[in-house]
Amino acid sequence: MSKIVRTMSSILSLFIFVYGSYIIMHGHLTPGGGFQGGAVFASGVALLIVAFGSQNLHKSLKEHHLSILESGGALIFIGLAFGGIATVFFYNFLVGSPIFGHIPPPGPNPGDIWTAGVIPFMNLAVGLKVIAGLSAILLVMALATTITEVEE
Amino acid sequence: MMVGIPFNVPFLAVAALIGIAFYIILSQRNLIKLVMGLGIMASGVNLFLVTLGYREGGVAPIYTHAPIERMVLPVPQALTLTSIVIAVATLALMLSMVVHIYRHTGSIDSEESRTMKG
Amino acid sequence: MRKIAMAASLSVFIAFLIAATLVIHPFGYPPSQMDDYIIENAQSETGANNVVTAVVFDYRGFDTLGEATILFTAVTGVVMLFRRRKKE
Repeated sequence: MSKIVRTMSSILSLFIFVYGSYIIMHGHLTPGGGFQGGAVFASGVALLIVAFGSQNLHKSLKEHHLSILESGGALIFIGLAFGGIATVFFYNFLVGSPIFGHIPPPGPNPGDIWTAGVIPFMNLAVGLKVIAGLSAILLVMALATTITEVEE
Repeated sequence: MMVGIPFNVPFLAVAALIGIAFYIILSQRNLIKLVMGLGIMASGVNLFLVTLGYREGGVAPIYTHAPIERMVLPVPQALTLTSIVIAVATLALMLSMVVHIYRHTGSIDSEESRTMKG
Repeated sequence: MRKIAMAASLSVFIAFLIAATLVIHPFGYPPSQMDDYIIENAQSETGANNVVTAVVFDYRGFDTLGEATILFTAVTGVVMLFRRRKKE
């Protein structure tokens, strides 16, 4: 793409990444969560792929690294689920502890970031998984279609 | 607030979406159009789940700065969240399979792609 | 023959859809015992203000686990289908 598009997308993608990270980190307080924030983040990666071309992006972003990242997110998620195995699978064992353990007052309240137990960590794990998975899908499909266009 | 809408119009919209998708899946032979039909059916299912959990005059089930105490049902919304990601994943897998079928047989007609080639 | 089968199955399916639309609960007034329990107790049990997130990651964590498995399978399948073969 042209120089204008490349400059603007490299600036805009940073804001998109920050917004996606905000949605992931505030998933237990505001609308959003791991899936939605991961999708927003992956749309930033899609913007970079469109602007710079998948071949140029593939020099710094390999799909097997993304695959490792995705498996790491899945492992963190299952490990957090196993953390509460003393009571039941997927038990929220961090409620009441000093880490993210506050309990909000019942009813509508302004919101406190140190609440919800393991849910912020699970949001982070699922967000990592969705970011890596969707970016890998986009990158691999873009790479495969550009190669055929060059060959023909 | 949606006071003026008679009873089951949103469910009729869901039925129309799923019926259109079923007709597309039955009648079309182009593989891309089949995938588009499956996408329309996924949208119909998502709309059905959200419509199922709507409560008259309710707000989103989030307590941060919630205006009133009446909330829509949270479980169908959570299932919709799961359903959207599954729809994206299966659509990506189906489209990549269509690309491979086109490269292998040179056609995206579902009848011609059934013939075996050594 | 094929068109007749298609029309028959389509008409049966559309009749089923219309019948289901007629017998479902009225729009806006769902049966909600389980959801009322979750809305009342989500803050004290999980500590999350966002009830949808509490349902996704706490009450129905197994659904999310299966969904993560499906996403992993789809990504693995796409990467496997489009991997570049080494030229010999």
